[in-house]
Amino acid sequence: MKTTRIIPRLDIKGPNLVKGIHLEGLRVLGKPADFAKFYYENGADELMFMDVVASLYERNSLHDIISETAKQKFIPITVGGGLRTISDIKSVLRAGADKVCLNTAAIKNPDLIRTASRKFGSSTIVIAIEAIKEENGKYLAYTDNGREYTGIDVFEWAQKVDELGAGEIVITSVDNEGTGQGFDLDLISKISSLVSIPVIAHGGAGTKQHVVDLIKENTTDAVMLSSLFHYQFIKDNEAKISSKEGNVEFLKQKRNFHTFEPCSIKDLKNTLVENKIECRI
Amino acid sequence: MKEDKKKVVIIDYQLGNLYSVKQACDTVGMNVVVSSEKEDILTADALILPGVGAFIEAMNNLEKLDLIDVIKRKVNSGSPLFGVCLGLQLLFTKSEEFGSGNGLDLIHGTIKKFPVKIDERKIKVPHITWNQVCKFNNSWGETPLRELKNSEFMYFIHSYYVHPDNDSCILTNTNYDGIDFCSSVIQNNIFATQFHPEKSADKGISIYKNWALINNLI
Repeated sequence: MKTTRIIPRLDIKGPNLVKGIHLEGLRVLGKPADFAKFYYENGADELMFMDVVASLYERNSLHDIISETAKQKFIPITVGGGLRTISDIKSVLRAGADKVCLNTAAIKNPDLIRTASRKFGSSTIVIAIEAIKEENGKYLAYTDNGREYTGIDVFEWAQKVDELGAGEIVITSVDNEGTGQGFDLDLISKISSLVSIPVIAHGGAGTKQHVVDLIKENTTDAVMLSSLFHYQFIKDNEAKISSKEGNVEFLKQKRNFHTFEPCSIKDLKNTLVENKIECRI
Repeated sequence: MKEDKKKVVIIDYQLGNLYSVKQACDTVGMNVVVSSEKEDILTADALILPGVGAFIEAMNNLEKLDLIDVIKRKVNSGSPLFGVCLGLQLLFTKSEEFGSGNGLDLIHGTIKKFPVKIDERKIKVPHITWNQVCKFNNSWGETPLRELKNSEFMYFIHSYYVHPDNDSCILTNTNYDGIDFCSSVIQNNIFATQFHPEKSADKGISIYKNWALINNLI
């Protein structure tokens, strides 16, 4: 059997869960713990925590959130953002993470992928690739949430990441991320066809059908989603939204929601099963 | 009284994440200590050999910490041992990972790598996902799996799998994209899983609980 994993992604800034568009323009949605608890109980296959400002400060500040989450939530947890060295990786693993996600540090020093996967096992090392399509049709890899240009070809980089011993790739279409317009199917299927390791598709889902289309037409191994689930959680829990710092006005207006048809994880998985896609229910 | 409780040692060979294994044990009420000390292992009532990481690195660390003999002695004298993931693989005779190396040889067999291709079809390795564990030769009634239904989903993350010389120790089988492999074993006082029960939600935690109950640890 080959099941497709459904992974909610929680972008974290300080104490808050945030969500942006094209990985930028972050808005506060609430407390990470509230969302994580709901996703765990709702059948998430893994959780992904990304410290979205860590690269700016060159440190990951998620240790407490990770330890607290890993205390009660017995599913795999991946942590990313600002991890630079073997000792950074070791310290988030010790805090309760199962896998680490690297982007900037791996691009600056590709040999870190080899060293880290030898030391911690390939399957612990996940590489995030943030892809932007240039006007000439080329896809280039960016770092720091799609801000920093590297000039590196995404497809060449994905193959190199595979050769260096990474366990998985998260491929983000920065162009589609947060827009709800659907996945970049060409990008994802090409990456998947070029590498021998699992590929996690991220960026652009606005409806359940987008996810069905992605899995049916591509060879993706997992799907990482945020807006779709976050907005559903907010709809269901308006009264309970506990963050005082939250962008309350924005959340009430739901200005951003019109391009999305939010759904719960359970709801999405039922739709996948109806479409004969294997997943854990 | 906590002092009366039997002591379970999670063997720390300084690789990867022991946090969730410890949390799972705490959740079901075991009295656990995470340790790399020979003395702790010698005085333990039961052992957990966890594992994430590379086989050779793990065996090298166990050797550096001088724990190989003491683990073997404990298991051979009848102490219960629960191996998880790499902790299952370490129990076997030898591995193909990064060139060949020798394991603890408490169960005879070899560790093999998943093929990257079957005919012309690509197999994604590592095997990272929830997959079904299916009954093999043994009944689950008296084992830590007794609360699971046949074909229960458990979480896997590995590139290598064990191939026991003798089928009789195989407790479950799993099929990944056309490849059948042994996903858990039971042999006398040894129980070990290729999947991660501590990452497999409530049903996974039931495995820790039942292992502890069967061995009178809680």
